[in-house]
Amino acid sequence: MRSIELIVIGGSAGSLQVLLSLFPWIPAGFPVPLLLVLHRNSQFESALEDILASRTSLLVSEVEEKEVPQPGNVYLAPADYHVLIEHDGSFSLDNSEPVHFSRPSIDVSFKTAADFYGDRLVCMLLSGGNADGAEGLAYVKARGGITVVQDPVDAESPFMPRFALQITQPCHILTGARMGEFIRSLWPPRHA
Amino acid sequence: MQDLFLHYGYDFTEYSKTSLQRRVQRLFTLDKFPSFAEFRYRLKNDPHYFRRFVEEITVNVTEMLRDPGFYKTLRAKILPVLATYPFIRIWHAGCSTGEEVYSMAILLREAGLLHKSLLYGTDINPQVIERARSGIFPVSQMQKYSSNYLQSGGHMDFSSYYTANYDLAKFDTALAEKMIFSTHNLASDFSFNEFQLILCRNVLIYFERGLQTKVLNLLDSSLENFGFLALGNKESLRFSLIADRYRQFDGKEKIWRKVNEIH
Ligand SMILES: C[S@@+](CC[C@H](N)C(=O)[O-])C[C@H]1O[C@@H](n2cnc3c(N)ncnc32)[C@H](O)[C@@H]1O
Repeated sequence: MRSIELIVIGGSAGSLQVLLSLFPWIPAGFPVPLLLVLHRNSQFESALEDILASRTSLLVSEVEEKEVPQPGNVYLAPADYHVLIEHDGSFSLDNSEPVHFSRPSIDVSFKTAADFYGDRLVCMLLSGGNADGAEGLAYVKARGGITVVQDPVDAESPFMPRFALQITQPCHILTGARMGEFIRSLWPPRHA
Repeated sequence: MQDLFLHYGYDFTEYSKTSLQRRVQRLFTLDKFPSFAEFRYRLKNDPHYFRRFVEEITVNVTEMLRDPGFYKTLRAKILPVLATYPFIRIWHAGCSTGEEVYSMAILLREAGLLHKSLLYGTDINPQVIERARSGIFPVSQMQKYSSNYLQSGGHMDFSSYYTANYDLAKFDTALAEKMIFSTHNLASDFSFNEFQLILCRNVLIYFERGLQTKVLNLLDSSLENFGFLALGNKESLRFSLIADRYRQFDGKEKIWRKVNEIH
């Protein structure tokens, strides 16, 4: 039996609808922190936090640097910074060069989270129009983490999930509508 | 690797480890070393290569008038206070290639304060300091900077501040007259002056909490009473020991004023 300590969700174009639909599935008091790494326009920054907060009783906030993820919280990667998981499990921010034209980059968060959490990690890749996230997902899987890709047929922008499926076989391929249920099933932990 | 850094007098032990590791990994791949042992050997025995190493592992990403809202607040609320001083000293700690310093000079000039100001730009990376001294930036960035400039409340034609030559933009040398650039390591060097305004933006995020505290103490000891300290958009004084001597000056922007209240 393993317990999951962090869920990282990466998404780009077309992922917001999926996110909004999955939050109502996550019960109050859900103990596993979530980190959302979304490619977005800095202009929508504050709006996004509010929109998400209105869909859940979990606490939604932007990542603060050197903050340690807490149960019951949803963290949002700030526009223009990569979010890394440090050696002590805290988040750090870094505005080095974009990766796959993206900052925040999903690959960066997936990989650094995998180094720290190993098999106590779930990474999910949603709809999007670029190549970010695929490599990271393969890396997570190789370190025993649980990987999930949104079914490209179901994704508004299928490129990102499709690209990921070309380089890695994820543990699950789910439609957007099933993602909430999947997250809910992660707690309490069951026999694998 | 830390032993190697110390061998050259650099201390990166308190840098955010994952972030630093990514930079080292990137350079290792970029320079196509066949093994980590060879990478290490080269670093240890070739001081020139070590110099490249320092240049490449620091994150030097910067831009002019980065976060226009911040510069708007500087114009509207901070410069009028600084204007009351006979002489204005400003320190850009971790200034990278100098775009931030040129941005400040433009603001000061437009406020009619540049003639009585002195701007110090320092960084650990000698290469970026050389570039800062040149005042030459890529022309490809000018459109973005010009838009930042307008958003920061500028009313001039931004292109009047530089001369474009092929792909380079050379900034007006009159802006640079009041600038002093030098290498300075925030982790190990001392305070060298007292300032009314210190900017240390997007530098602390690369440090662990312990080093952040140390650097904030250094900045604090270099700031006059009632002076201003400006940090990056995702940085804060909240967790530091000096916080109770400071008041956040403007709710939204990361600018604090030293008030030295006695409790
Ligand atoms: C991301 S840049 C920030 C540039 C500018 N302040 C801005 O906000 O756009 C960070 C800079 O901090 C410098 N730096 C890193 N460690 C330092 C140290 N110990 N002392 C001084 N500068 C340092 C790096 O070389 C780099 O140029």
